[in-house]
Amino acid sequence: MNVAGEVMVSALVVLGSLFCLLGSIGLARLPDVFMRLHGPGKATTLGVGCVALASVIYSSLRLGSPALDGLLIILFVAITTPVSAHLVAKAALHRRLPQWRRDRDGS
Amino acid sequence: MIVAATNLALALLGVAMMLAFWRLLRGPDIVDRVVAIDMLYVNACAMLLAYGIRMDSLLHFEAALIIAMLGFLTTAAFAKFLLRGDIIE
Repeated sequence: MNVAGEVMVSALVVLGSLFCLLGSIGLARLPDVFMRLHGPGKATTLGVGCVALASVIYSSLRLGSPALDGLLIILFVAITTPVSAHLVAKAALHRRLPQWRRDRDGS
Repeated sequence: MIVAATNLALALLGVAMMLAFWRLLRGPDIVDRVVAIDMLYVNACAMLLAYGIRMDSLLHFEAALIIAMLGFLTTAAFAKFLLRGDIIE
């Protein structure tokens, strides 16, 4: 395996896990259900996409043929994440969950 | 280099899963817990991919694909249950 491939795989893996961590921080820290849906919904698509792309590159460099599981994972996550976020947001609207408002004093 | 990068990635994903698990335990409403489960399976999928790269095995990639498919079904079933009170009508 050449050096450029190793650098690419390592950078993609670290970048993808950083995006996943960013989405989790958003899930843990944001104040309201709709914001907490918004945070992970975008970040994890990119995070899993980067790691899966790294796995495809790694297997094609290492074994000579790309493992197509990674491409399937990218496709599947890109399709299903908005759909599941939409369903959960509909459930949250149905349950009339409170929405966060900024107070007058800005806190 | 790949081993060091995947070790770092596994640590970051572990922290991400702990944050999602904290939200799963604490979440004020059940919808928060459903979002936390969604986040947990996505992070588990990425973690399994990184572990497969580190251990140089193709088997983990297929397991990650199955986790990605079944996790979406879990979230869709939970959301349907919260909306309608029933899953298969």
